Amino acid sequence: MPRWLRLLWSSATGRFGVIAVAVIALIALVAVFWTPFNPQEADVRNRWALPSWPHLLGTDGTGRDILSLIMAGARTTVFVSTGAGIVATIIGIALAALGALTFRWMRETIAVLVDILIAFPVLIIAMMISSVWGGSLWVVVWAVGIGFGVNIARVTRPELRRVQQSDFVLAGRAAGLTASQNLVRHLLPNVAPVFIVQLSWSMAVAVLAEAGLSYLGFGASVTEPSWGILLSDLQRYIGIHPLSVIWPGLAITITVLGLNLLGDALREATDPTLQHRRAELHTPAVVA
Amino acid sequence: MSLIVQDLVVEIDGRRVVDGVSFDVPDGARLGLIGESGSGKSVTALAILGLLPDGATARGSIRWDDIELLGMPDRELARLRGDDIGIIFQEPRTALNPIRTVGRQISESVRIHTGVSRREARLRAIEEAARVHLPDPGTIIDKYPHQLSGGQRQRVAIATALASRPRMLIADEPTTALDVTIQAEVLHLLLSLVEEHGMSLMFITHDLAVLAQVATYGVVLEDGRVVEQAPVSTLLTTPSSPITQGLLRDATATLWRPGGGDA
Repeated sequence: MPRWLRLLWSSATGRFGVIAVAVIALIALVAVFWTPFNPQEADVRNRWALPSWPHLLGTDGTGRDILSLIMAGARTTVFVSTGAGIVATIIGIALAALGALTFRWMRETIAVLVDILIAFPVLIIAMMISSVWGGSLWVVVWAVGIGFGVNIARVTRPELRRVQQSDFVLAGRAAGLTASQNLVRHLLPNVAPVFIVQLSWSMAVAVLAEAGLSYLGFGASVTEPSWGILLSDLQRYIGIHPLSVIWPGLAITITVLGLNLLGDALREATDPTLQHRRAELHTPAVVA
Repeated sequence: MSLIVQDLVVEIDGRRVVDGVSFDVPDGARLGLIGESGSGKSVTALAILGLLPDGATARGSIRWDDIELLGMPDRELARLRGDDIGIIFQEPRTALNPIRTVGRQISESVRIHTGVSRREARLRAIEEAARVHLPDPGTIIDKYPHQLSGGQRQRVAIATALASRPRMLIADEPTTALDVTIQAEVLHLLLSLVEEHGMSLMFITHDLAVLAQVATYGVVLEDGRVVEQAPVSTLLTTPSSPITQGLLRDATATLWRPGGGDA
């Protein structure tokens, strides 16, 4: 087992993050092939059932099985979160690299561009995209991916620039690495801790954004299972059936918390200077 | 078979920082490049390796084994770097990658140029660590730079530069950031290794006392120009330029004597 993986597992937050994210991913995978009930099938004689057999988490106002809805929603969540993460990584790294490692006018142009783009909230980007292509989960993927890709670029660019100007990068070139080898071996690994935290945060926010945007009608359509839509459906009845609202809320919370803690623990595991400090001071992990 | 620099001019953003510098380093020679900070010493070293910062342009001629280095494509230059010409930088705190183990850094240039396996590279790193007298080489190579002292880090930097046995070593003020007692140790180590491998040495410093210990021939720079070049003994006894005289006055204050501490 590589060192960083061992370190990740050795911290309580890291272990929680790994388990939470793995469980959600597994549920989503299972839901692709099987859910206890058809999530869209209404069982009108069984409306607002309390958690019991066979509806383990109860049913909603039209008699749909909440467990099946949550499992199917996990599919959507994992899709959106992963998709947004990939888009954000590509945009973020590309902008950061162009803005930190190229010639001067390019660097300055990118810096200004990033500053302008950062002024657009994810919601505005989602509205702009959905006004052209209509509401769908892809809108959420692109909106969050672009919005947080710019965010990643803003944080990673100066860090990349700082690392690039340090002696060991020059030393790497002096040892005979070509510019691209140097990027992979020395530059990117040194910005990885900063990048990982940003990425995990983006992916966590993507989960929330999907819920929010679907609620507003820019994301999943009503026929697509989504935690956000489920939550907005159920919260109207919170006064009468408070228990049912808990499940989608809990699912969102666990996923977001899991991603955050995983990112945080990953950062610690990949940065040897932090482990040194942790061993000495027992610094508590920061929950972002 | 040597390094020949002729009329080297380097401009950074239109400002001339090296202005017509010429010198040569024959095989096995030990040349000192001396001058105050900002005199263009380090830029000259970077120009030789083709690693000038962006915005910098170099003109003139730098020949290594009769091959012109100026204007050579970066990919070809990369093959010479580390393998033919190695460099050690001034600041041991920043010269090592903070998130790579010492051993991987030592063996990096060997792996780049010879493509040995990870396992062989590790054994080689232990060997090289022992050569620069790092304590307990078998375990120290698995440590990270922040777990080492400044002197140890500079030893790692030396091991890194020498691991692929370059034919010439450029040392850019390698002892300036170290304690005086450790300075002496590191200098001694550097010299013995250079001698052992028959490398040529280009030593950059602002301290004539240090230069006197390592180099046989000195080139004095001021504002990017060569103001004096002579055997080091001449520089020490009959310096002709005011700048060398000034450096000599400063140097005597820190002159290190073998067997004794710092004066």
